[in-house]
Amino acid sequence: MINERNLPILATLLVFILLYGYGVYEYKGFRDTLVFSNLLTDNAFLIITAIGMTFVILSGGIDLSVGSMIAFVGVLMAYLISTAGIHPLFAIAIALLVGVAFGTLMGIIIAFFEIQAFIVTLAGMFLFRGLAYLINLDAVPISHPFITGLSDVYLPLPGRGGLTFIAMAMLVLLIIGILIARRTRFGMSVYALGGDSHSAALLGVPVKKTVIKIYALSGFYSAMSGVIFAIYTGSAYPLAAVGVELDAIAAVVIGGTLLTGGVGYVFGTFLGGMIQGIIQTLITFDGSLNSWWTKLAVGGLLLFFILLQKGIVMWVKKRSAA
Amino acid sequence: MKKNHFLHKHQKTLAPLLSLVLIILITASVTPGFLSIQVVDGHLFGSLVDILHRGTPTALVALGMAVVIGTRGIDLSVGAVIAISGAVTAVLTVNTDWPVWLVIMCALGVGMLCGLWNGILVSVFSIQPIVATLILMVAGRGIAQMITEGQIVTFHSEVLDAIGNGYFLAFPIRVWIAIGMIILTLVVMRKTALGLFIEAVGANVRASRLVGIEARLLVMSAYVFSGLCAALSGIILAADIRGADANNAGLWLELDAILAVVLAGASLAGGRIYLLLTIVGVLIIQTLTTAILTSGLPAQYNLVVKATIILAVLLIQSPKTRQWVSGFFLKKQKAVKGSTTP
Repeated sequence: MINERNLPILATLLVFILLYGYGVYEYKGFRDTLVFSNLLTDNAFLIITAIGMTFVILSGGIDLSVGSMIAFVGVLMAYLISTAGIHPLFAIAIALLVGVAFGTLMGIIIAFFEIQAFIVTLAGMFLFRGLAYLINLDAVPISHPFITGLSDVYLPLPGRGGLTFIAMAMLVLLIIGILIARRTRFGMSVYALGGDSHSAALLGVPVKKTVIKIYALSGFYSAMSGVIFAIYTGSAYPLAAVGVELDAIAAVVIGGTLLTGGVGYVFGTFLGGMIQGIIQTLITFDGSLNSWWTKLAVGGLLLFFILLQKGIVMWVKKRSAA
Repeated sequence: MKKNHFLHKHQKTLAPLLSLVLIILITASVTPGFLSIQVVDGHLFGSLVDILHRGTPTALVALGMAVVIGTRGIDLSVGAVIAISGAVTAVLTVNTDWPVWLVIMCALGVGMLCGLWNGILVSVFSIQPIVATLILMVAGRGIAQMITEGQIVTFHSEVLDAIGNGYFLAFPIRVWIAIGMIILTLVVMRKTALGLFIEAVGANVRASRLVGIEARLLVMSAYVFSGLCAALSGIILAADIRGADANNAGLWLELDAILAVVLAGASLAGGRIYLLLTIVGVLIIQTLTTAILTSGLPAQYNLVVKATIILAVLLIQSPKTRQWVSGFFLKKQKAVKGSTTP
């Protein structure tokens, strides 16, 4: 059970328990289920984005366009619902389709033109942000009975907490993500690609097809995150979610996925996203610390986990050499 | 024939230069008075001078980025380093009586420290550059905010004002600073062994180690240089607005810088870099930005235009595209040959 593959995620679990335990020990309010369910709701869009990012990083790539995609999908939805008068359900469907289409396009460029994912998705990041600006320059409310109805869905838990629609959607998407990673041929191909793309190709993994599917999946998850973000804030703003791509990468890395690809768990990403949320909550509870401490703490954790990964990889190499 | 040979040899140099000239000409035809330059009080004024003026911070950052990309790396943290050095400049100017040169030295030193940190992560711990510099990109703005205590610190200093907006010999002082830095980098990269070694490391780490190049130190110095350039750019940006804004100083500048290096034809996979062409790349981006602003379109069109251009350049640069295109022409030639010789 405890082998080098599981070590990073065990470290993640330990950090999660320690941070949460500290909160419970230090602050009375932390013991309520409300804090936990709020964590689920407030970090839902980050975790959803990070699940898509997990597949990308597992395959050895990176997707920098996700933050812009969230903003773009939100603005697109607002336009479709408010200006074009389309029913929110169709608007969501269209937004998701557009997300998948853009993801696929980036995947095709990466797979067939053999350009680094990093620079292609960087261009995507500019493009989506720009497209969001083209549709709308200001923050606009998304008000429709259907959307407000969704935000009213609530499943009470013992204590004062409860699951919102957003939290439930996140959990469902998380389970789907875990199933895709662990139970499908595509999931296996992703791990194989990240391990060694040459060997994967020799073993008969359809490399190009898989790469395209990975970025399409990431496009789907970030578009979904955009939908959730729009429901969560009830508005759309072209400057929304700036820098979320970095938070998502941090969540994946803190969640124990190896940055070189091939090793990691979707569930770890969930924990990674939650850890960032807990840090933020702890800083809010403390009251005397400023918000920039969140950035410093996340940066520090990121460094810690990257060094941990390096250490483990080196240790494994030494052991297998001996 | 001879001309053809020249074109072929300098294909890479000509493409960015021609694009720059083309963009300037198109903008000039759309916006009247774009090319006009007036002399007021012995200073040059006009859109073209404005492009140089506004392009300096990006040019400095791109210079450092080009060297880092030459070592097969990337530096995402430059925006954060700009924020940090701006914050240091502002806070030291306001809170101490130190002479300006000392304040500037401190800001530059902090930038180099940031670069050293990146360099150590990349070369000693061999973490991929994207990720290693990502850490500082995330934490860096937090550090800058900590230095300014979350506020926009405004300051007043004659020397810094001059750096931000002063003129010397008809041109803005900051343009002269950038030119000095470019010449210095060119000399180091082209006339000393250091430059050769840096490109060698980027082209092939193992081979360069076998010929006895100490790769670690070189990679580290590339990141330190990038930190220095970013810090200089941060000082200029802070001096320009006479204040340090930890949240917005140098936001997105890393992307412009990377774009400029790629426009100049450098491969992100390391190896040969083109410093002067990188500056041309910066000018292309700045001209586009200014053109969009002066043409009356909302500034936000910038992003879509930039994104489209990056994608187009990347697709044209891709070896795969060249293969396909040349394959297509070969087929055509064969077909023509086949039909003429029955």
